[in-house]
Amino acid sequence: MSEGPAAGGQASSAPLMGHASEPTLFELSQPGRRSWQLRTTGIPEWGIEDLVPAEHRRVAPVALAEVSERDLVGHFTRLSHRQYSVDLGAYPLGSCTMKYNPKVCDAVAALPGLARVHPAAPAELCQGWLALLVELDAVLCAVTGMAACTLQPAAGAAGELTGLLLMRAYHEARGERRTRVVIPDSAHGTNPASVALGGFEVTTVPSDERGCVDMAALLGVLGPDVAGIMLTNPNTLGLFEEEIVEMAGAVHEVGGLLYYDGANLNAILGVVRPGDMGFDIVHMNLHKTFATPHGGGGPGAGPVAVSSRLADFLPGPRPVRRTPSGGGTPVAPGSVTSGTAPGEYGWSWPAHSIGRVHSWHGNALVLARALAYISVHGGDGLRRVAERAVLNANWLRVRLAGVLDVAYDRPCMHEVVFSAAGLKKRTGASALDVGKALLGEGFHSPTVYFPLVTDEALMVEPTETESLQTLEALARACERIVAAAEGGEDLHAQPTSTPVGRVDEAQAARSLVATFDARPEEPRE
Amino acid sequence: MDVPDDRRYSIDHEWVLATGDRVRVGITDYAQDALGDVVYVELPQVGLEVRAGESLGEVESTKSVSEIYAPIGGRVTAVNSELADAPERMNSSPYDQGWICELDVADQSSIHGLLDAAGYRELTEG
Repeated sequence: MSEGPAAGGQASSAPLMGHASEPTLFELSQPGRRSWQLRTTGIPEWGIEDLVPAEHRRVAPVALAEVSERDLVGHFTRLSHRQYSVDLGAYPLGSCTMKYNPKVCDAVAALPGLARVHPAAPAELCQGWLALLVELDAVLCAVTGMAACTLQPAAGAAGELTGLLLMRAYHEARGERRTRVVIPDSAHGTNPASVALGGFEVTTVPSDERGCVDMAALLGVLGPDVAGIMLTNPNTLGLFEEEIVEMAGAVHEVGGLLYYDGANLNAILGVVRPGDMGFDIVHMNLHKTFATPHGGGGPGAGPVAVSSRLADFLPGPRPVRRTPSGGGTPVAPGSVTSGTAPGEYGWSWPAHSIGRVHSWHGNALVLARALAYISVHGGDGLRRVAERAVLNANWLRVRLAGVLDVAYDRPCMHEVVFSAAGLKKRTGASALDVGKALLGEGFHSPTVYFPLVTDEALMVEPTETESLQTLEALARACERIVAAAEGGEDLHAQPTSTPVGRVDEAQAARSLVATFDARPEEPRE
Repeated sequence: MDVPDDRRYSIDHEWVLATGDRVRVGITDYAQDALGDVVYVELPQVGLEVRAGESLGEVESTKSVSEIYAPIGGRVTAVNSELADAPERMNSSPYDQGWICELDVADQSSIHGLLDAAGYRELTEG
C-alpha cells in the first residue's frame, strides 16, 4: 500500500486532547464573578424588593456557577476540542455506521426556504417541502424495493415500533391473532425490546456455526401464531444471511411477515434490495446509511417502507403528489397559489392508518439532509458506497487476521467481528482493554462485547469514508496494542494520554450520580 | 477458574449447593468472569415457583444483561438481599457471599442430574 501520513489516528486527535481533565463550571466558579455587567449610568436602580412581591421571591439566590464570559467560552471551547467526532477522525464503532457526514447536506438543511417554514404551514404554502418529502419517499422505496413509506419515525427504534404496529394492524385486519415474533440470537437489543413494546412475545432462534440463522431451528419455531420475524441482513456479525429467500418462503408459508432491520443497509445499498429478498417491512436509519448526524449532533430519522399489502396501514398524514384536478396544469412547487387551490402536493391519510407516530412530519431537516446525500451520490454513487464499505471491512479483516482472532473466517459485509478471547487467555488483556488503548492511539474504539454470541467481541465498521491510509494507521495501532500486551504490558490502565483516563465503569453504574451537587460538601455517613 | 468440589453445576453456569432440605443457588466463577463487573442484580420474589430452566432473575454487568436460569425446579424460600447494595459480591465471592437465592426442592435427587465439579471443569476448560 502507499505510504504517507494518515488522516486518522494520533495526527488528528491526540494533540487536541490536552493533558488534564476539564473542571466543571461549578468548580471554576468564583463568588461574585459575572459574565455580563451593565455599564455605569445615571439611571436609578430598583431593588428586587420593589419589583417582585415577597411571596414570589426566593429566600436565597440559586446556586449558579459564577464565571466570566472569557472563562465560560474557554470552558466550552476546550470541551469541544476534546470531543472525538466523525469530523475529527476514524470512528470504527461497529453496528453504528459512523460515517463522515458531507457538509453539503448541512448547507442544504440550512437553506432558509427549508429551515424557516412553520410545520403548521398549509400545504399550498410549503409545496417545495412536500415535493422534497414525496421525492425522498419515492427514492427510499426504490432503494429498498418497497411500495410505500412513512417518513415520520424519529429514529431506528421508533421505526421498529412502527413496523411492529403495522404488523399487528395487518394481522388484526385479517381477523388473525398472532402473538409471537421470531428474532435471531445475534439481533440488536432493540429488536426484542420493540417486540415487547409492540405487544408481542419474543421467540429466539439460535445461530449456526457459520454465524447465520439456524434454518432447521427456524422451521421448528414457525407456526400459525407467528406474526413475523425481525432480521438484519447482513446480520449483526456482518455476515450475509445466504438462505434469506428460503427463510422468507418459510415465514410467508405460515402467514407471517418479514421485518428488515435497516441498521446494516449500508452494506447492500444499490446492490440488493430487501423487497427482492422477500421482506414486507423495512426501517432505515437515515443517520447511518444516509449520513445524517447521529444523536448529539441532531435528531435521527427512521423511515419505514412497506410492501403494497401493508401500505394502507401506514402512519398519516403522508405527503403525496396529487393528480391535478380538472385537467389543469400542475402548480409549480414553491409558487404562491390562492388560499383554496390545493397545489400539486398535499397530505393524505392511508385508509386504515395506525395513526401518527410523530408530532408534525418527522424530523424534517434530517430528511432534507438525507435527500441531499442521495442526490449528490446518484444511483451509481450509492452502490459505490456499499462496495467501498464492504471492501474496507474485508481489507481490515485480512490485514488484522494475524493480530486478533476473526470470529467467523469468511468474507464479511460492511463490518467485521474480531475476538480478543485468545489474547485475553494468553495475556489477560480483554476486548475492553484493546478498545481503551485505541483511544490513546487517537481512534474511537470499536464496539466491544457485541454481538453477545461472540466471546470478547471487537466489532469494527470502518465505513466507506475512511481512506486506505487511515485503515493502515488503525491496523498498526491495533498491532502496537496487541504487541504491548504480548510483551507483558498491563493494558488495564489505558488510556493514559487522554484528558480523562480509565474510568471505573462498574463503580459509575453501581453508584449512579446523575446530577452535579454544587452545594458545599457535607460530612456523609 | 475456581470450581469447588462440594456442589453441582448447570451448563448455564449456575451452581447448586445442598444445605439440609434446601439448596442454595449462585453463578460460577467462570460466569462472573465472563459477565465482567456486575452492577445490578434482579432477585426473584420469595415464594416464586420455578421449573428447571425458567428465569430466576437477571444479572446486569458493564457488558450485558443476562438471565439467571433455575438449575433445578423448586420454590424460592430466601434471597440474598445484600446483593442489592453490593452486587460486586457476585464477582468477588461467587460461591459464598455472592449466592443468589435458596430453593425448597421437592425432589432432592434432581440435583444429581447436574454436572459434578469434574464435569463442569471439562465443560469450561474444554
